[in-house]
Amino acid sequence: MQTINFLKPNRNNIKNYSIIGSVLILISLIDVISNAFLKINLTSFLPGSLTILFPLILGLIGLNMMRIDYSGNKTLDLLNKNINTNNFNALLTLLILFSIIKALPPSLSWMILDANISGDSKDACTGTGACWTYIKVWFRRFMYGMYPNEFHWRINTAFILVIALGFVGYFMKENLKKYLALYYVIIYPIIAYLVIYYLISGGSFGLQWVETGAWGGLSLTFIVSFFCLIFCFPLGMIFALGRRSNLPVIKYISICYIEFWRGVPLITVLFMSSVMFPMFLPEDFFMDKLVRVIIAITLFEAAYCAEVIRGGLQSLPRGQYDAAKSLGMGYWKMHIFVILPQALKLVIPGIANTFLALVKDTPLIFVVGLAELAGMLALAKTNPKWLGFAMEGYIFASIIFWIICYAMSKYSYNLEAKYKTER
Amino acid sequence: MSDPIIKIQNMNKWFGDFQVLKNINLEVEANKKIVVCGPSGSGKSTLIRCINRLEEHQEGDIIVDGNELSEKTKDIEKIRAEVGMVFQQFNLFPHLSILDNCTLAPIWVKKMPKKEAQELALDQLKKVQIDDQANKFPGQLSGGQQQRCAIARALCMQPKIMLFDEPTSALDPEMIKEVLDAMVSLAKGGMTMIVVTHEMGFAKEVADEVIFMDEGMIIEKADTKEFFANPKSDRTKLFLSQIL
Repeated sequence: MQTINFLKPNRNNIKNYSIIGSVLILISLIDVISNAFLKINLTSFLPGSLTILFPLILGLIGLNMMRIDYSGNKTLDLLNKNINTNNFNALLTLLILFSIIKALPPSLSWMILDANISGDSKDACTGTGACWTYIKVWFRRFMYGMYPNEFHWRINTAFILVIALGFVGYFMKENLKKYLALYYVIIYPIIAYLVIYYLISGGSFGLQWVETGAWGGLSLTFIVSFFCLIFCFPLGMIFALGRRSNLPVIKYISICYIEFWRGVPLITVLFMSSVMFPMFLPEDFFMDKLVRVIIAITLFEAAYCAEVIRGGLQSLPRGQYDAAKSLGMGYWKMHIFVILPQALKLVIPGIANTFLALVKDTPLIFVVGLAELAGMLALAKTNPKWLGFAMEGYIFASIIFWIICYAMSKYSYNLEAKYKTER
Repeated sequence: MSDPIIKIQNMNKWFGDFQVLKNINLEVEANKKIVVCGPSGSGKSTLIRCINRLEEHQEGDIIVDGNELSEKTKDIEKIRAEVGMVFQQFNLFPHLSILDNCTLAPIWVKKMPKKEAQELALDQLKKVQIDDQANKFPGQLSGGQQQRCAIARALCMQPKIMLFDEPTSALDPEMIKEVLDAMVSLAKGGMTMIVVTHEMGFAKEVADEVIFMDEGMIIEKADTKEFFANPKSDRTKLFLSQIL
């Protein structure tokens, strides 16, 4: 007991104790860092297993010596409150810190120090690290798929146009604001479709026709996600309202729809859309594979959206319905002006969740032969000239997907903050 | 005597197997103020919710301003627009400012021009003395202010009848007064009012008639003075002795 008390600080000696504690932690950190970066074992004089545990024990003693309820020192209090509340938390803190330090040198040397990016063939990759040359050489394929190189400007222009049109809402005049929903739900998708059809597909205005089978890479990810997102949301809203309808026919159609699409895996839906569905179509009727896939994903995700939105509708107190009704509003006015604005605000996190899942589900379209970003990777890694670089490709793809998804989730936080009116 | 503006005949209502309202007969003439009181669970709120058909009754007739309420009633919205209602929990729309709360229904239900609706709303807000809060959101207001805003919102539809469903039950004692004041001045303006409340002071001051309900039945219905001076039934006497 004496020794434990000896290590317990009090308000009078905290200054000395925290200095000694910091020194001990510093020594343990130096030991781990030198071990990881310089491959020098400072504690080689100790017996085997103790060498590994030495920095941990030293660090624990150090943190223990600094642990006090209230010291008056801001930094110390912050430290104690957040990472040093008890021995277990102190242990976790040290373990996480040490494993990060240990993992840093090998990952750094693989990704940067020993990596290659020069040259344009596999032979340029002489180092033991990553071969970024592979990404560099295949970059255009990863972005545009098999789309002919000389027409890439068409994809870029189409995307810039579509994005620019998306911002129209910000610059709309005040008296046109009431048509905003109409614009985004009906007009915008049609314009976007036309832009993408005429620019990327081509076939008229002197532009050469490029079939959808050649589309691919990140641009295809964007096209599929974009159309699925803007169509599945209004559709989901309709089914969410339908499921809560008093009219039995509408209600049961909605329930059947939602339960059907939630019950089947997306991959089978995609197979059905590309393999089975054309069999049921009349001979002379042709629908592009990409369009079929987009419709399939939209219908699939709409069921999920519907349930998320229904959650929001159910969380509204009955009083809101009563108040709207008592003011003489009918079903549609009540929902458009009172219920949906509140419910949709509540479900922003859930909708963002669904949308993120949708974007990350797009690689599944590879099973029907459409190669978006992850699909192009799968093709590229089996190229005989470039065997053995799957790791680089997947890291590249995960970084891209992470950026897209992080941007979306950030945007959803902004929306939440923007529409927050309570309190 | 003019025709009653609200006429309820032999009305019965069930929630599942439980009968909440039993054989209700009630006539309210225009410009009269009726206070409905009684213990909780006696069906007071359900009764006035039936008057603008937020609840459906199963038997009997309810006639509001010459229109019978039933499943066949086509434009129930039109009747509801004539009947304003104020709730215990205020039920303001939290995503709209106070002014927008008041103008929403006049603009979209009555097709009033926006400017006119805003002037009307500010006028009504001024009457309940919260016109200076018009651009705030409901969450930023005190309970009493919210309830006064709810009164103004209902009045913006220029209704013929106002229903109050325990408007002061969710308020601090201090705020009750400001809401009651607004209701008193409304009553003096000649509005037809049906008020469910436990505020007997308010009943004595403005009510023409007091109705006492218990277990889904109207036990006693009398002029205000008569009601408080010599209540007839024992149940009423018991209730009054507890509440006063």
